[in-house]
Parts: sequence; structure tokens; C-alpha cells
Amino acid sequence: MSDSQGILWEVFVQSKPGQPHKHSGSVHAHDKEMALQNARDLYCRRSEGTNIWVVPASEIVASSPEDIASFFDPSDDKVYRHPTFYTVPEGITHM
Amino acid sequence: MTKQEALFKYLLRLGDHHLVLGHRLSEQSSKGPIIEEDIACSNIALDLIGNANHLLQYAGEVESKNRSADDLAFLRGERDFYNSLLSEQPAPDFAYVMVRHFLADVYDFYLYTALQKSSDETLAAIAAKALKEITYHLRHSSKWLIRLGDGTSESHKRTQDAINELYRFTGELFEMNEVDEVLMKEKITFDLTAIHQLWLSKVKEVFAEATLEIPADTFMQRGSRDGKHTEHLGFLLAEMQHLHRVIPGAEW
Repeated sequence: MSDSQGILWEVFVQSKPGQPHKHSGSVHAHDKEMALQNARDLYCRRSEGTNIWVVPASEIVASSPEDIASFFDPSDDKVYRHPTFYTVPEGITHM
Repeated sequence: MTKQEALFKYLLRLGDHHLVLGHRLSEQSSKGPIIEEDIACSNIALDLIGNANHLLQYAGEVESKNRSADDLAFLRGERDFYNSLLSEQPAPDFAYVMVRHFLADVYDFYLYTALQKSSDETLAAIAAKALKEITYHLRHSSKWLIRLGDGTSESHKRTQDAINELYRFTGELFEMNEVDEVLMKEKITFDLTAIHQLWLSKVKEVFAEATLEIPADTFMQRGSRDGKHTEHLGFLLAEMQHLHRVIPGAEW
């Protein structure tokens, strides 16, 4: 979408160093710096983060709903791909 | 003038500046060009009013007449306010908002950087906390100035018009009086001449990138150090103080 509000940017916030960036939402902005500042003002006002990524929404390549069967279903019957045969040591939090 | 009197007046100068600047910016709430900017401006207004609250509370303690931050904010008249003339100027459009805040943010950035080293520990602590917010405010307003100044011919014209109108209120920001003399001896505050040089150099740097110019007319309006204001402050205070005066001691 591009109108008087600028283009749409997707916002990813990292809650702590070492953690993955997670999608928080989106903002409108006319340039990179404005997108970053708007993301900071909308999604990091209550100490949610330590780092922000903003990406133009048009640059994101997404799979489509029709792909569900071919993309995701085949993994359902392959239990050996899931790490369920290991015991996780105590104290490991981010698995 | 005793050190206590000088410090009280100085804290009013700093506190009133942010109270009025914050109140003016809060007038933009719901009027931002896009909702994201609306939230950004409201955030910054809250930062400024929050800092004014710290400063006025401390002013009340220094004065020792049992006046709270609310008493100082809502029960003083116009002539007892020491906010800068710049802070009270209304904004006919968004360019005015950003020019007013940019000129004030650069000033606050260098002033609060210096005040972190104040020999008054409370003032130094308030300054250190506020400086983190001010650093962001300056980044926000300077990027907008560049975006508007170096944007379309219409945004450039409006921004330059706002500068031409508001620049004459910047001279008095660096004016010093007996308050400064007393406090500088105690190393509580610092020489504003040095801060003026830093301010000017930063303003020139951002204006150059934004293709904006400092007005050729160098007339500077003064008055706020003596509690003398432009006609705008009275209207602003009437609105800001209305509720507190109608329902004294109102809490919400």
C-alpha cells in the first residue's frame, strides 16, 4: 500500500540480546529512519525490546494458503524429525 | 539573591520550559499527519511534561513553602512563568511543530549534557534521566526537519516560513542574569555562551542538510527571564489551568 501515509513496513522486535526477532506488527512510514522511529514509538514504549528490524512489507515473500498441503502436511507423519526422543537437561530454557 | 532563591528560579525556568513545550505538543494529539506520528508526538509531549513534573517538584522542595509541582504548574499566573518564548509559540501547521521542537531540542541536548555535571546532585540526576529522552527527541525532530526542508517545494517553503517566524525567539535562550551568576559560582549551572556555540553549529549542520537557512534578519525578542511573555502564554495557561482552578485540588 502506498498513499499519503507512506508505505507499509513490518516490524520485528528482539526482546533480549540473543533472542530471535519476533514479528510485532506493522507501521506506515515514508523512509527507513521514519519506519524505525515509528516502530520504536508504537511497539517499544513499555520496555519490550533491545533491537528493532523494519522491513518494507512488499519485500516479504510469503507462501500462499494453497501451499499448505504440499509445504507442511508431509512433515506430519515423520515423527523422527521431531526432537521428542531426547531428554532436555534441567535449566535449559531456550530450546 | 541567595543560592536557594536562585536555584528555585532556575528550576522554574527549566521546568516551565518543558511544561509549556509539552503542553503545546499535546495539542497535536489527534492532529498528526499519520497515526504513527500522532503517537510519536504524544509520547514526546509526555516525556516533556514528565520531566517538568520532576523539576517543579524539586523547585517546590527548594523553595520550602510547601508548594507541590501541581501548585506551581496550575496556580501561578503568566508573569510568574519563566518558560522560553519559543516554547509557548503556537503552531499553525506541522512544519511549525517540528521547527519549534528542533530549535528547543538542540538547546536542551547541550544544556542537559552540561547539567549532568551539576554540583547539585538532584539536578544532575534529573538531567541524566531526561537526556536519554532528549537525545531521541532531537533525532526525531532533526530527521523531520531534513525530510520537510529537503522534501517537496511546498514542505520546504512551509518549513522555511516557520523558521523565519520562530528564529527570533532563540536569542533569549542563552541570556544569563543574576540567577546564572549565583549558580555558576557554585558550579550548579554553566555558562550559556559555550552552549550557544554548540547550538549554533548543530543548527547550521542540520539546516545545511535540510537546505534551510537561518534568517538574515537578526532581531531577537527577549523577555521570559523577567516573566514577560508573548500574548500566547495567557491563552495557553487559561486552558491548561482551567480545571485545577475550577475544582481546586482536583485529582484524576
